[in-house]
Amino acid sequence: MNISIEREAKGEKIYLVAVEGEIDVFTAPELKKGLLPLTEIEDGKLILDLNKTKYMDSTALGVIVAALKSAAKHNCRFSVIGMTPRIKRLFEITGLMDLLTRAQISGGSANA
Amino acid sequence: MPETNDVIRLSIPAKPEFVGIARLACSGAASRMGYSFDAIEDIKVAVSEACTNAVSHGYKKNGIGQIQIIMECGNEALTLTVLHNGESFDANQALQKLRPIDPSADLDDVNEGGLGLFLINALMDQVTISTECGVAVRMIKFVTRDGVERIANKVSTTE
Repeated sequence: MNISIEREAKGEKIYLVAVEGEIDVFTAPELKKGLLPLTEIEDGKLILDLNKTKYMDSTALGVIVAALKSAAKHNCRFSVIGMTPRIKRLFEITGLMDLLTRAQISGGSANA
Repeated sequence: MPETNDVIRLSIPAKPEFVGIARLACSGAASRMGYSFDAIEDIKVAVSEACTNAVSHGYKKNGIGQIQIIMECGNEALTLTVLHNGESFDANQALQKLRPIDPSADLDDVNEGGLGLFLINALMDQVTISTECGVAVRMIKFVTRDGVERIANKVSTTE
């Protein structure tokens, strides 16, 4: 049970991070390590792609909350794409979807 | 109606790298019992959350212990019990605090943890937590989504 985290520069200060595999208590720290430094880029943009994420639980949601918080501090726009219906459901049940949407709206207007 | 459950017992070290094994085993049991894809995913998340709590809180102070996972495969339901003899917690207090993230809350006030028990409660049909000796989380998923009603109907029509 492993994850592979692929980081791709999409432009100046713009990164796309794609996670393949299962995010749980074992692999979440690895995701945190790969993701958080990229949220600290002032006025940057970070996109998390979950298209190939086969499984996630609250440990992954915790990393995403941490990323949102850190991104907000550094005026970095953080967004999540490629959610499978299953993962979308977890975001919706926990209320994280609303938080993400709100962050994207406020992040967008702050940069406009 | 008397019912004999088939029981599967698994014991894993309370370490992060073994939680995936509990998940795989429960997923196997659930898929054998014919649960839908969504229900199997619910069961995987629920058992992982219970094991994660045991790994992160149960043996924080007293070194590494074991987590027992008991899967009872019945006709009407899969009952999963995740237990450990490590550190206990105030279950009543924890259950009262269960809630989703408040979208209107200040981002700084949103906790990074605490969603595990909330998810277990949301994804399973019946959840009981006993903290008399260590922690035992007992979670039931009925075979059909309206499982409770189905059982009730069965009792009233056949007896």
